[in-house]
Amino acid sequence: MSKTKVAIIGSGNIGTDLMIKIIRLSDCLEMSVLVGIDPDSDGLARAKRMNVHTCHTGVDGLIATPEWDEIKLVFDATSAKAHAYNWSKIQAFPDKKMIDLTPAAIGPYLVPPVNFLENIEVPNVNMVTCGGQATIPIVAAINQVAKVYYGEIVASIASKSAGPGTRANIDEFTETTAKAIEEVGGAEKGKAIIVLNPAEPPMVMRDTVFTLSENGDREKIKQSVIDMVTEVQKYVPGYQLHQEVQFDDIPASAPVFIEGLGLKHGLKTTVLLKVVGAGHYLPEYAGNLDIMTSAARATAERIVNLKSGS
Amino acid sequence: MNHKIYLQDVTLRDGMHAIQHQYGKEKIKEIALKLDQAGVDAIEIAHGDGLAGGSFNYGFGKHTDWEWLEGIKEQLTHAKLTTLILPGIATIHDLKKASQLGVESVRIATHSTEADIAPQHIEAAKKLGMDVGGFLMMSHMNEPKKLAQQAKIMEAAGADCVYVVDSAGALLMDGVADRIKAFRDVLDDNTEIGIHCHHNLSLGVANTIVAFENGANRMDASLAGMGAGAGNCPLEVLVAVLNKMNTEHHSDLFQLMDIADDVIRPLQTRPVRVDRETLSLGYAGVYSSFLIHAERAAEKYGLDTRSILVELGKRKMVGGQEDMIVDVALDISRSAGGT
Repeated sequence: MSKTKVAIIGSGNIGTDLMIKIIRLSDCLEMSVLVGIDPDSDGLARAKRMNVHTCHTGVDGLIATPEWDEIKLVFDATSAKAHAYNWSKIQAFPDKKMIDLTPAAIGPYLVPPVNFLENIEVPNVNMVTCGGQATIPIVAAINQVAKVYYGEIVASIASKSAGPGTRANIDEFTETTAKAIEEVGGAEKGKAIIVLNPAEPPMVMRDTVFTLSENGDREKIKQSVIDMVTEVQKYVPGYQLHQEVQFDDIPASAPVFIEGLGLKHGLKTTVLLKVVGAGHYLPEYAGNLDIMTSAARATAERIVNLKSGS
Repeated sequence: MNHKIYLQDVTLRDGMHAIQHQYGKEKIKEIALKLDQAGVDAIEIAHGDGLAGGSFNYGFGKHTDWEWLEGIKEQLTHAKLTTLILPGIATIHDLKKASQLGVESVRIATHSTEADIAPQHIEAAKKLGMDVGGFLMMSHMNEPKKLAQQAKIMEAAGADCVYVVDSAGALLMDGVADRIKAFRDVLDDNTEIGIHCHHNLSLGVANTIVAFENGANRMDASLAGMGAGAGNCPLEVLVAVLNKMNTEHHSDLFQLMDIADDVIRPLQTRPVRVDRETLSLGYAGVYSSFLIHAERAAEKYGLDTRSILVELGKRKMVGGQEDMIVDVALDISRSAGGT
């Protein structure tokens, strides 16, 4: 089977890590062009060393490359603002699909083990955020067993793994993730928190999911979470359930007051996760980078495999 | 330039931690109006972890921030209505909502090494016409010169004041003096310097005064010390000391003493004081807000609170990582059980 050619726009941490993953791991994607805006960026230098075509004039430059005609999938690893422009150019080419790794969310949110099949025909899909990819599968897994009223996630990442783009736009993380907890995770109300920790040596990414659901069967909830972790591990090998799933009763006599929902009682479930990165571009602590690029790669490969009927 | 003494009360924000964010709406208003009458310069109201802090991770409040804030501004005679946000928890959207409720000053809080997640919020607050403080939490975890560089980032984004924030109540007096001096060395003369202390090593008042003597003019304090851990610098005590130092300020000592003892102390469900647990926070350099969460985890998993706090300190957990308290408790109980 011939491989499908892809381009990546954005030569920062995420774009470069994704490029390395496609080159090293993919049997159906071929890394064609890495696009940047700084000819001296480390990412573009790395691409040249790996014999990947490069272009430092953004999306306009990409469209003018001889490779463009054959490229079928474009990943956008720039910023929400840049994505709007990039998509305005690329949507003129109906034979290309866009996988958006920025928080722009022009297209629907996609979390591979939860709602891939609903979005096969969509020309532009959005990968939410690193924290969203790590936690929304768990919210959805609990929601499959017991109706989730409220889903809250806390993502702790090493300071060294948060690039300038993330730092300058931290609201986009909390807002996009919270919305996707509702739309994809199935919670009536979502909340997201991100914390940067500067400890040395850098801490490995940690994610915690708290849900308040109806009083479901605890064993079934636990099994559903464990099964979902196994699903995510298929494309993010370093994704781990770090502790046993914890449960607390929130009785009707002592409910919690949740903004937007009012007084609520039910079952509180706590899931403590850890994401060890594959160490492709940044070291192992950067699980946040790894889960985002791995989810994008998994999405692209499934699209390609479905089209080729395999 | 000599800036005037500016006393900001945090009873209704940091003090939330001491009662798990359970102030009633009417109580908030009663205390705010009494503080205004007693002459404090600014009154901070929010969930203990800032706007939008209500969550499983930090504890749900009895009310939303908006319910606590509404109707206060109209009744204050001179004190500024203020609030606080942590980027990563609250957003600019929340800041705008607070502004619409009459909040005219805000602190933007980040960990002591992560000031560069704040400029977006500082700029937005300035655009809303607010007075803005940069709030460098866990200041003991960053050395003076590097902390001052972080202060500079906040100043460059537009902050009117930058605070040394001893969230863990772990700084000694020299540590406070060195940090304030380092701020004065690099910050513009027009930029004010603030100090926010916790009383875990019984140094809340002493550290606040040391900061003042080295150039800080904005001081945080709370009635009866009502705040996370062993509490903040107790406001009435600070004012007594400032009186004895013959400084110029606007607060009335006896009125503050009365509110502290008659209104605040009866609200405390867990005494706010230096005891084995809160001293452990200061000693191990742990975020004071972890206290009640760690006590709850100790009870649920049959452990000792102090051992959880000490382990959190060893793992260099920062403010906001309350979820790691249960994680640590589970690790400790596993290793104790030998499984």
